[in-house]
Amino acid sequence: MATILANEANWAATLAPWVIFSPLIGLLLNLLFGLRWGERVTGFVASLASVASFALAVALGIAIRGQHEALIVPLADWISVGSFDVQWALRVDSLSVMMMLVVAGVGAIIHVYATGYMHSDVRHNGDPGRYRRFFVYFNLFILAMLVLVSADNYLMLFVGWEGVGLCSYLLIGFWFEGGAGGIANAKAAKKAFVVNRIGDFGLLLAIFIMFWSFGTLQFDAVFAQAGQVFPGIILAITLFMLLGVSGKSAQLPLYVWLPDAMAGPTPVSALIHAATMVTAGVYLIARSSALFLAAPAAQAAVMWVGALTALLAATIAVGQFDIKKVLAYSTISQLGFMVAAVGMGAFSAGMFHLTTHAFFKALLFLAAGSVILGMERGHEDAGDHELATAGGGHEDAHAFDPQDMRNMGGLQRRMPWTMGVYLVGALALSGIAPLAGFFSKDEILGAAREVSLPVFIILVISAFLTAFYMGRQIFMVFFGKPRSAAADHSSESKPIIVAPLVILAILSVLGGVLNLPGVYWLEHWLEPVLAGNLAVEFELPVALLSLAVALTGLLLAWGVYGKRSLGSPENPDPLAKPMGGLFTAAQHKWWVDELYQAVFVHPFERISLWLAGTFDQGGIDGVANGLGALTRTLSNWWSKFQNGFVRSYALAVVFGMVAILAFLVLR
Amino acid sequence: MPLAYYIGLSAVMFILGIMGVLLRRNALVVFMSLELIFNSANLLFITFASYYQLLAGQIMVFFVMTVAAAEVAVGLALMVEIFRTKNTINIDQMSQMKG
Repeated sequence: MATILANEANWAATLAPWVIFSPLIGLLLNLLFGLRWGERVTGFVASLASVASFALAVALGIAIRGQHEALIVPLADWISVGSFDVQWALRVDSLSVMMMLVVAGVGAIIHVYATGYMHSDVRHNGDPGRYRRFFVYFNLFILAMLVLVSADNYLMLFVGWEGVGLCSYLLIGFWFEGGAGGIANAKAAKKAFVVNRIGDFGLLLAIFIMFWSFGTLQFDAVFAQAGQVFPGIILAITLFMLLGVSGKSAQLPLYVWLPDAMAGPTPVSALIHAATMVTAGVYLIARSSALFLAAPAAQAAVMWVGALTALLAATIAVGQFDIKKVLAYSTISQLGFMVAAVGMGAFSAGMFHLTTHAFFKALLFLAAGSVILGMERGHEDAGDHELATAGGGHEDAHAFDPQDMRNMGGLQRRMPWTMGVYLVGALALSGIAPLAGFFSKDEILGAAREVSLPVFIILVISAFLTAFYMGRQIFMVFFGKPRSAAADHSSESKPIIVAPLVILAILSVLGGVLNLPGVYWLEHWLEPVLAGNLAVEFELPVALLSLAVALTGLLLAWGVYGKRSLGSPENPDPLAKPMGGLFTAAQHKWWVDELYQAVFVHPFERISLWLAGTFDQGGIDGVANGLGALTRTLSNWWSKFQNGFVRSYALAVVFGMVAILAFLVLR
Repeated sequence: MPLAYYIGLSAVMFILGIMGVLLRRNALVVFMSLELIFNSANLLFITFASYYQLLAGQIMVFFVMTVAAAEVAVGLALMVEIFRTKNTINIDQMSQMKG
């Protein structure tokens, strides 16, 4: 694919940098003046920065409409060593503009929501001063994510890649003193960072190999050489890239950080850990489609990783009780769908699902946040507010948990708006026609049917489980009788929180229009970038099957959770008895965390301890301490000569003199 | 008189002086012993100055006597101070400066 360099006359080229600069300006303004401004202006500035980014991205989209070449906007030189040259340059093509629209658009909506949500959250956690910090981090995230998607070379992409990882860490640990024992949130943030580091290591190795074998990191230059080198090199690059993807996009085997990342405030879960950052891996594969198409083995690996992740995470989601944990595992599962799609070569289907998923999963998370706020209000109104929860965090193990679905029930009367949008999001996620999720999931299933039957079956089972756990959640949260005083006293959230939900609900309903069968608008839009895209025509049998599976899942969920009242929160899950050990396994996440703890973390800690004891304290410290001890022993010994008796010194002088004289005489 | 007599006397004085410094505890006696060592050296200077008919040796003796006088003045002042604080001038009592 040819590229054009920006010239002065092209107004798109002058606009492009401002997409990135506007969140930068927003965060700088808030950093400098945020404390003086107060919450209203701070939230407004941060939201405005994101909205401006979105508006500029729309303008960019209009500007490059119909163009088949990517627009390269050089900003500055970065590294220039010999023939190796890396620039800060923006790449504006249909793929990057699409990602910009998703990131800035969904980001803007979540910013608006967060202005309302964080107002309550900082008060609930007892530190209103952190309101500004939150929005500085949020704008920083948008900035890093935009750098990631608009980079023109792998190194700049890596800068954004690390930037979003940093923001993720900062925002997971936003209430770093909170969580169980006052350390759980900080631990979750650390876990996310360390696990991501393993993935980043893979991506870094891929970039090193690229530099080593191609001598360049610029996208077009790399893709042009993809067919000319030894296939093993491409395979190594793509497999290392897959490691990076599995870290950032929470795929097997590195998905374990994402559920813990729910320790962050809910807007963070919605923006970073559902809608945008975790899709960076899908974007990376789509962007590197030329490399993956040159390595069929890597493609197969990507496909299987995605499919297995989709299934595993879906099974775990069935056994969770925390409203956000269910959504977290659902996110992992849906990311598995996307990764499987791009692995099959159905890049546009993957990107389509990425977009619709950003809509409905952001919606679900934000609505869950509204539910949590409502429960917290209900808990305070109910008057059984324990002192332990007043100081922020949930230190007391017996303290009320506003996120536990077992404590909810019957919220549809208390929170009608939230319930309505939640229902829309859940149906879209389950894949009920004609909501957004139906079309995108159907495209992935259609592609899977053409490529590999086992993967198709796995994905259909995952789709069934998706519908089932979403149905379970809906029935547990909103229907039946309230199972706690808090649920009974909960109330609807403020308009500033509900309004973004309604917008996202509308998008979740209409999102399917983006790539409507027969029109395939998104597919044609992405065509210039995604050469070799596997385009699948709409097939009625597949669509009917996926719809039937989704409806069965929802019906079954109604049968188990909706038909009869669930009773007290202490009652075991109705599924626990018929499913037996399987439900226990799902509830304990298949003991993957425990397995990793036993196989990797514990041996690593023991090796660290051993190295610290043997080498550091034994070896290095031994040398240092030994030198010290030697000096002290010698000094003690020598200092016997300095006994303070002047006459013995004089005797020493005499002996010395005699010795010198004897030497001179007898020489 | 042969030269050896002078050298012999000087050596005897020197050894007496050394023994006095090393064996006596009274600081005053130690000082006097030091004077004995100086004078043994002076005696050698004078001896060889007259033997070789050179004035340099005699001049050196004056220097030594001057420096010795100054040294004794300082030393005696120290002795007085030490006696005031310790009520003794036994140099074995002055052994606090040790490692």
